[in-house]
Parts: sequence; structure tokens; C-alpha cells
Amino acid sequence: MIATYTDLKDKVILVTGAARGIGKNISLALAAQGAHVVFNYRGDEAKAKALKEELEKTGGKATALKFDVTDYEAMTKVIDDFTKNVAPISGLVNNAGISKDTLLLRLKPDEISSIIDTNLKGAMMVTQALSRNFLKAEDVSIVHMSSIVGLMGNPSQAAYAASKAGLIGFSKSVAKELASRNVRSNVICPGFIQTDMTVALNEKAKEEYSKSIPMARFGTPEEVANLTCFLLSRASSYLTGEVIKIDGGLYI
Amino acid sequence: MELQDKVIKLVSEATKMDAANISLNTSFVDDLNLDSLDMVELMMKMEDEFGVEIPEDETENLKSIGDVVTYLKSKSH
Repeated sequence: MIATYTDLKDKVILVTGAARGIGKNISLALAAQGAHVVFNYRGDEAKAKALKEELEKTGGKATALKFDVTDYEAMTKVIDDFTKNVAPISGLVNNAGISKDTLLLRLKPDEISSIIDTNLKGAMMVTQALSRNFLKAEDVSIVHMSSIVGLMGNPSQAAYAASKAGLIGFSKSVAKELASRNVRSNVICPGFIQTDMTVALNEKAKEEYSKSIPMARFGTPEEVANLTCFLLSRASSYLTGEVIKIDGGLYI
Repeated sequence: MELQDKVIKLVSEATKMDAANISLNTSFVDDLNLDSLDMVELMMKMEDEFGVEIPEDETENLKSIGDVVTYLKSKSH
């Protein structure tokens, strides 16, 4: 942990898609700050329990909620139940995302739907489900995990890029709509980060990619988590509607 | 206190408008200059105060203090 944000201690923060990759690192970083991390899981009870224990061992409190971001009705019910009976949520990391890399001409309509439904509509729906709660909560900060691809486009990632670009327009609208209520909304656009998704790439491909990055290396999930902590804390209290690239200079 | 007076008191506190200037005919938008987000917050306060749930699509029909009083009365039976 590089920086400590004292206001994150006991802050209740929902992180979607926390099971692995960047989402898991964000959850761990928040737990290390002493936050109460709320995360969702879709089915694997044992895995959810293990993550909850890992987070609590790291420092904070942790709560596992069972919902799928694409099942709006069930998700709203679970979230309502938590905010009314346990604690108001004052931080949200819309991180759940999927990808299916294929040429546009091979992309099937249902593949487009599932990517947009999870990455974009899912984030919109979770934010909407929390809107009333946000009006009552204090120091609300929302962070949307977009991608550098949402800014610069990428072959074979048309649907993914569209969903990630969509998050930017969504975040800016939320920022304007709720700014008067002290609710902030910002976007993070990671470049190449070492995760399950990129570990699968072969060494040669990674070397090629690294050549296009001015800092000549992939980023770490911890680096993205650091930025997320900053955006969730009052350290960034005048920052809203912003889009921050974290990509080692890839897209300059 | 009458339901009507309770509603007026709550609106007066939320909008900082003198209760003496608020009546059943007072319009949220035209007289109190509330925007849609103000309305959502006001209805949330009503829900807390009167222990009722006011569905989002119902809010659109509640244009004046009188509308709210009538609605709350219909819910309390």
C-alpha cells in the first residue's frame, strides 16, 4: 500500500466483478485501507466465502452479495435489502466486464448483447439501483472501469470497445445529474494490465505490445487499484466527470 | 397535527420556504421551483416521515401539496 486514505476506513464500497483480475486487486486494496468491501458473486459460494475471508484478513469488513449485474430485478432487491438493513453504500466500482474478441463480421447479435448487457447496461443498472441510497449517503464516489480501448478502438474488440466508450458518456451524465448532491462519477481507462486476460497472451505477443507502450511494460492491477482508491476517497473531492488513462503512455 | 399540516411542515423544512406561504394549492414546480431531483428527495422524505412507499411513476402525478395529501390519505386507509 503506497498511500493511506483515512476516509476510506469503514467506507462501504460495492465492487462488481471482484472475483478476479483488476476487481479482485481493487477489493484487496480497499480492504487494506480498512473499507467495508461489498462484492457480488454469481454462483460459487465457496469462492465467495474464500474472498470474503481473504478481504477480512487483509483488514476491512467484507460482505458477499449474490447477484448477477444482468439480472436487474434480483440485483435491485439484494442491493435494497443491504442498503436498508445493513449500511448505506457510499462508494461504487463498476468493474464487472466480459470480452469476446472477434472480427466485427463474425460478431453475432447475441454476443453483442451479452457484452453490452454486462459491461454497459449492468453498470447503469447497478448505479440506478443505488441512486436513492446515494442521495442519502455522504461523500459518494463512483468509479467506472472502462478501457483504453474505449478511447482508441481496437480491431476484434468492436463490441467491447463500444461498451467501454458507452461507460464514459454514462459516467459524465451521472456526474452532471448528481453533482449538486455531492455524488462524484469518474472513469478509469486501463491500458495493458497483467491479468488473467493478458497472461494468456504468449510471450512474443506481450513483447510486441510492450514496444507500443512508452513505459515499455504492462501495468499491474495494484497500480489500477491505487488510482481507484484515490478516486473513491476525499483526496479527489473536486474531481468528477473525468476520464483517467492508466496505460504507461500507450495512448498519448 | 393534521396530515396536511405535517406535509406542509416537511415541505417548508425541505425547501426553506415559510410554511405560511404554502397551501394545498402550492405547486412543487411552479411555486417552489423544485426540479425533478428535488422532487425525488422530497418524496423520499415523505416516505420516511409517513412510512409509506411512493412508487416512482406515482411521483409524476403529485404536482401540488394537495395531491400529496390526497395520495397519503388514500394510502392510510
